[in-house]
Amino acid sequence: MQLTQKHNEYWHKNLVVTGILLLVWFIVTFVEAWFARELNGITFFGFPLGFYMSAQGSLAIYVIIIGVYAWYMTKLDKEYGVDEGDLE
Amino acid sequence: MNQATSHSAFKSQLKKYYTFYAGGFIGFVILLAIAEQMGMSKQWIGYWFLFATIGLYAGIGIMSRTSEVSEYYVAGRRVPAFFNGMATGADWMSAASFIGMAGTLFLGGFDGLAWVMGWTGGYCLVALFLAPYLRKFGQFTIPDFLAERYGGNIVRSIGVVSAITCSFVYVVAQIYGVGLITSRFTGLEFGVGVFVGLGGILVCSMLGGMKAVTWTQVAQYIILIIAYLTPVVWLGTKHTGIPIPQIAYGYTLQKVGDLEKKINADPKELEVRKIFTDRAAAGKAALADPDKSYAAGKTKLEEGLTAAKASNNATQVASAEKALAGYPKDVAAAKAAWTRDTGLAGRAAPVRPHAQPFPGATEAAQNTARLNFIGIVFCMMFGTAALPHILMRYYTTPSVQEARVSVFWSLFFIFLLYFTAPCLAVLAKFDMYTNLVGSSFASLPAWAAAWAKVDPGLLNITDFNGDGIVQWAEVVIGGDLIVLATPEIAGLPYVVSGLVAAGGLAAALSTADGLLLTIANALSHDLYYKMIDPSASTTKRVTLSKVLLIFVAGTAAYVTSLKPGDILFLVGAAFSLAASAFPPLVMGVFWKRANKWGAITGMAAGLAICVYYMVTRYPFFGINMPLWFGLSPVSAGMFGLPLGVVTIGIVSLLTAPPSKEVQELVEHVRYPHLKGDAVVSEAR
Repeated sequence: MQLTQKHNEYWHKNLVVTGILLLVWFIVTFVEAWFARELNGITFFGFPLGFYMSAQGSLAIYVIIIGVYAWYMTKLDKEYGVDEGDLE
Repeated sequence: MNQATSHSAFKSQLKKYYTFYAGGFIGFVILLAIAEQMGMSKQWIGYWFLFATIGLYAGIGIMSRTSEVSEYYVAGRRVPAFFNGMATGADWMSAASFIGMAGTLFLGGFDGLAWVMGWTGGYCLVALFLAPYLRKFGQFTIPDFLAERYGGNIVRSIGVVSAITCSFVYVVAQIYGVGLITSRFTGLEFGVGVFVGLGGILVCSMLGGMKAVTWTQVAQYIILIIAYLTPVVWLGTKHTGIPIPQIAYGYTLQKVGDLEKKINADPKELEVRKIFTDRAAAGKAALADPDKSYAAGKTKLEEGLTAAKASNNATQVASAEKALAGYPKDVAAAKAAWTRDTGLAGRAAPVRPHAQPFPGATEAAQNTARLNFIGIVFCMMFGTAALPHILMRYYTTPSVQEARVSVFWSLFFIFLLYFTAPCLAVLAKFDMYTNLVGSSFASLPAWAAAWAKVDPGLLNITDFNGDGIVQWAEVVIGGDLIVLATPEIAGLPYVVSGLVAAGGLAAALSTADGLLLTIANALSHDLYYKMIDPSASTTKRVTLSKVLLIFVAGTAAYVTSLKPGDILFLVGAAFSLAASAFPPLVMGVFWKRANKWGAITGMAAGLAICVYYMVTRYPFFGINMPLWFGLSPVSAGMFGLPLGVVTIGIVSLLTAPPSKEVQELVEHVRYPHLKGDAVVSEAR
């Protein structure tokens, strides 16, 4: 079918949220690992921060990233009328 | 009754079943605990866990048997997000995660965290780039998507080859784990253990395909997570006083750091480490001229014996005789012993602080270590996001929206284990630093004495300096010990050890199930149905898949029985290779202009450079060319993935854009629901 302006807007918003979440992912993964030595100078709940992030913090943020994406996209689907309804 | 209510009725029924099941399992463990108190032997506890759980999985398999195509390949596409998350968790967490992970962290400290990050962060890529779009596409396998998007059998073939290669390498590692666990906890022989486990895998996946595997994996997840958390929580409560040790172990980590400083300064530890340095140096010197050193060493001992006899001291004579009897029988044996001694140099190094990242004497060495850390994280993440047995699971949810939510639950359930493993490593280290180091050889902690006797490969304690006290430098630990011995370290009854074994078995079996199914489906669906005989009836396809499953399982078991060497490298290699399938999958959705030739050359180039780098750099192949940027061959995907992306881009732009139908397909997968869609996704 022919896509409308609204459809393109939906896709664009999807790209934006994907990009933002990907940036967060990149920071807590690669930037964090790159500066792990420096981060370890900071203490957090008794943990050196660099160690804490790699062992738990970044992992928890991954879970949140996916949760936010699922929540936001469900909302966006409904807003733009591309949701699958309650049929399935 | 309309579909929505039937779906929610199905969901609540599932919840009821699995709550009942989890309660039943806990009851079963309690019953065994009581039986243990009443005197049931360890071996019988092992048998009960082994046969009860395998019997249970087989039972689920038999109850879910099916010959219908969509039930067999994608579980009828009605697995709710929550349960698909659990199944993915079990599918994902292998014997290596369950048993090996905490050990890797124990031995490697911070550096081991690269695996933890890589194997969880990959799910962000699955969620953002793949799961919803593949679900909307809604067919049966990953090569299906590549073939439909790019057109033609060449792309499908590359997809099939890559899916089968990485799944097969991975399944061998799983079956190895099955054999190891069954033989350790029941005393059955390794080979017998492999086939008992294989029986469990086959009954389940063969009768019911994806449907049976899904419901079994949910059951297996419940067992494996209970088994993993129970001993850690117990040990953590003992050391931190808080039943959520994952939060509280920061202070334990500080204490570990203090103890490491103490160990590094302890004169007795220094003495042992000096013994290692000296023996390594002596071994090296002796190896320079083995024949002469052998003769000299022997003469010296013989002279010692003569002198002792002359002095008429009985104890001196005895010890001199013993020394002479222990001397190598010939030069070859002596050479082997000296080579072993030179290896001791590695143990002469001081303890590296657990939380310290990137070891290295110089700044440059540290930066190389950092690059390798990042390389592993990178390859494991993109490899995760391209492993077919995981991606396939997202075909089984009822809708695109549920597929997204399901990735959330998947990572949540995986996270529960992965954020516990680093905690377990620290707690175990603290326990050993305080209770094992400094204890006397005459009264070692009970678990240490037991494991050192059972398997010197896992725990070896030798009194090198002869002071009768354990120094940390005298202890050698195999990584797998940490998870296997934790129940005993925590002072829990044997039934918990049996539980841990059942958990490890569940982890290995569930992953093997998913992998075998992926391979059999790639062969029966992609190769046979789509490429050889498109008119094959559905019954024929499903039957063929079942036959292939037995054949593949048999082959994998045979390869396993040969005990191929470095499994960690194989697994790492599988991920790096899988990562080369990531660019065409993602670019297929996000870039309409990507075309057939781009995909073919991109995948081929990515795979080629990975294989080239591994073959020319990994020591096994004996070529050993210099490394690029000091990056180890396991992280070959660091080169393969970017090259794949660039190649797809350039070649696609140089050749004709894809047809209008393909562009419409891309639009189709981008939106969860478009008018006129229903016909397409339901008809197949």
